[in-house]
Amino acid sequence: MVTAQDFIGLKPAWCPGCGNFGILRAVNKALAELNIKPHQLLMVSGIGQAGKLPHYSRANVFNSLHGRALPVAIGAKLANPELTVIAVGGDGDGYAEGGNHFLHSLHRNHDITYMVHDNQIYGLTKGQASPTSDEDFVTKTTPQGAVPALNPVGLALMGGASFVARGFAGDIEHLSSLIKQGIQHKGFSFIDILQPCVSFNHKNTYQWYRERVYKLDEDNYDSGDKRQVRAKVEEWGEKIPLGVIYREERTTFEERQSALRKGPLVRQNIEPARAEVLVEEFR
Amino acid sequence: MVEAKLMVAGEAGQGVQSVGNILARTFARGGYHVYSDQDYESRVRGGHNFFRIRVKDNEVGAIDGNLDLLLALNQESIDLHRKELVEGGVVIFDREKAPELQGKGLLGVPLSELAEKETGNKLMANTVALGACLGLIEYEPDIVEVPLKETFGSQASEANVKALHAGHKYTRENFRDGFHINLKAGIEKGKLLLNGNEALALGAITAGCKFMAGYPMTPASSILEYMASKAEDMDLIVVQPEDEISAVNMVVGAGYAGVRAMTATSGSGFCLMVEGLGLAGLTETPVVIVDAQRPGPAVGLPTRTEQGDLQFVLYAHHGDFPRAVLAPSTVEDAFHMIIKAFNLAERYQIPVIVLTDHVLATSYQTVKSFDFRKIKIDRGDLYEAKKHGKPENYRRHLSTKSGISPRAFPGLSEALVATDADEHGEEGHLIEDAGIRTSQVDKRLRKYNGLRKETEPPLSYGESKAETTLISWGTTYGAVREAVDVLRGESMSVNMLQLNQLWPFPARELSDALQKVHTSYVVEGNASGQLARLIRTETGIKVSGKILKYDGRPFTPAYIAGRVKKGEITPW
Repeated sequence: MVTAQDFIGLKPAWCPGCGNFGILRAVNKALAELNIKPHQLLMVSGIGQAGKLPHYSRANVFNSLHGRALPVAIGAKLANPELTVIAVGGDGDGYAEGGNHFLHSLHRNHDITYMVHDNQIYGLTKGQASPTSDEDFVTKTTPQGAVPALNPVGLALMGGASFVARGFAGDIEHLSSLIKQGIQHKGFSFIDILQPCVSFNHKNTYQWYRERVYKLDEDNYDSGDKRQVRAKVEEWGEKIPLGVIYREERTTFEERQSALRKGPLVRQNIEPARAEVLVEEFR
Repeated sequence: MVEAKLMVAGEAGQGVQSVGNILARTFARGGYHVYSDQDYESRVRGGHNFFRIRVKDNEVGAIDGNLDLLLALNQESIDLHRKELVEGGVVIFDREKAPELQGKGLLGVPLSELAEKETGNKLMANTVALGACLGLIEYEPDIVEVPLKETFGSQASEANVKALHAGHKYTRENFRDGFHINLKAGIEKGKLLLNGNEALALGAITAGCKFMAGYPMTPASSILEYMASKAEDMDLIVVQPEDEISAVNMVVGAGYAGVRAMTATSGSGFCLMVEGLGLAGLTETPVVIVDAQRPGPAVGLPTRTEQGDLQFVLYAHHGDFPRAVLAPSTVEDAFHMIIKAFNLAERYQIPVIVLTDHVLATSYQTVKSFDFRKIKIDRGDLYEAKKHGKPENYRRHLSTKSGISPRAFPGLSEALVATDADEHGEEGHLIEDAGIRTSQVDKRLRKYNGLRKETEPPLSYGESKAETTLISWGTTYGAVREAVDVLRGESMSVNMLQLNQLWPFPARELSDALQKVHTSYVVEGNASGQLARLIRTETGIKVSGKILKYDGRPFTPAYIAGRVKKGEITPW
């Protein structure tokens, strides 16, 4: 049996009180509950404080470039679909630098889980505005206030994601359950995680989030009904919904690859002579 | 010696490429050596396009400037290319389109009329023209039937065959003066006809590349398309992602997971890949990147050729890390070199760049069929518990004497494979320590000790000691080699040195070779003499001058020989 102890990695270098601690605990708890062994797991991250998470867990780790976690994760998943692949990054990493990759991963429906630690600020570079900073939020790079924020959950829905969820770093139990559902979902699972940044975001604090977040009522909310879903993805401000907002079963990118019917590419042998038949058309 | 130079010319959409292709394949099937290139504009319809074919009974590696036979599909083609005809050369055109046109070498054939009469379809005029060309040079028409069927499908083949024979008969009967070239079809000698991109793609599949991600860009797109077309039969995954940044990062991900992976692009796509190139460098992930060059900067001339990316691919990305740059010189070379690229990439766990250009990408050349049983695959030092120790002690970036760390694939053993775009320690986790940083940089650069030994020395051609040495790299090979023959035929003392592996640079071998040389000129398709600069940086030797070309068009032997004879050399 795998336990959360199996996922204790390097000692985190995050600020005391950082929302990332809660996310790390939620991830490790989900992995243990799903009985995924560290060597069966690949965590790919970008750059930012969130990008360090894989080092602080235990898994195969590819800490890639700023914004590039998704394409690296996608390439690895296609090479070996036996791996459970989790891509992880922050709001700057995923929605700014990596925005194009995010957009196109949604509709292609790769069978990976993507967690975005969304603290509405740049932490590692020390306090600049991010795409999800609230409107008029004053930062070092937006002294006159930020522009209206990007809605990542709405973008994911309109972009064709097959699993869209929002969690909160301050509710580890609930977040862990979302991560579990995300990993179990067949297709691209996107989880936007509200994460207080205790050093650079003094507006969107634990308290600010706690006053606003509420959990979607699983009995009365249908995450397959696009009319209900559209209303929920627009909700932000006074009330912020948490939970699985949208879910559908759809053919994954991996399922479309005929090459994978013979098993993972990485387990298929290299046979140069097999290519010989190809010369016929050049005669 | 038998030789024929043909051109099919017209506007985009008229079938220049398909007629040219069928002709080229017909000659190859008849046992001849063929070299053909394509000149087209960046547009789908209209403009002016041509397809040149050079046919010989011995090896041919370049296009020559003049023509024996021009098949003109419109008036503009006649106006532009008539002057390139040799004495006795002929233009075939549709008499219906230009009934008034008469003169020396102008052979109006009722192409549309014959097509209509024989098949009831004027669109068969191109096939009639094909037959007319073959009739003129007395080539057996039957041999064209196979490529014809393959191009137009067997359904249309009956009408096509009729149209073909009608054209053939017409020129046999109506051009009684004879033509200075007779190409009697010989016996097929097992040759293949393919272009550089097809050879690269075929080589990659042969080498066991199972993952390809690429964003369409001229002149590299057909590598992506060819591999996509074979994905089902050959068990490949071929992805067209959102951009080149994604392409190279997907390839890094697949390479890390243990699959041979590649991408292909042209200069400005490579610009976007530079970030990922360094990621492969720091994480020691094997990747193969093809850069099929075209004139730059920016969009440049999209459908033309240049050798302007040499210095760029050598130095692209910040910081120091090992890489290899290979530049195939011929179609045959392209096949073998990309296999070598995959072996080097995995053996040294580095990015390998294969530098080609528009000429090689799109030119068709006959080659002897490849011996697939002789292909060697070397995946490098792969982790095994028995050999390298328990999985819990595995360190992805273990510092070794060779600089090469045993490579484990995530998920295939209990070894955890950790790597990082940050500087990392042996375990693959990020570090700040000065000593570890230095040790990891040194470890990576130590790979050059082995990698340098893999570089092939410069190839020489011609007499061992000559008054003038031409130095070339990559695809100028064929034209320079023939220029050497031309000049030696005119009693000049000329030889050549050819570089096909640009990095690690064969500095000592080239220095030794250049010690004996009196006058040396680089022949390069760029504006500044990038190889000349590289030779100077790596050997301290300053070549005597440069023969440069950067008009987007390929070198011809006559152009190079002419500049040497006239002393039109660009000084430093």
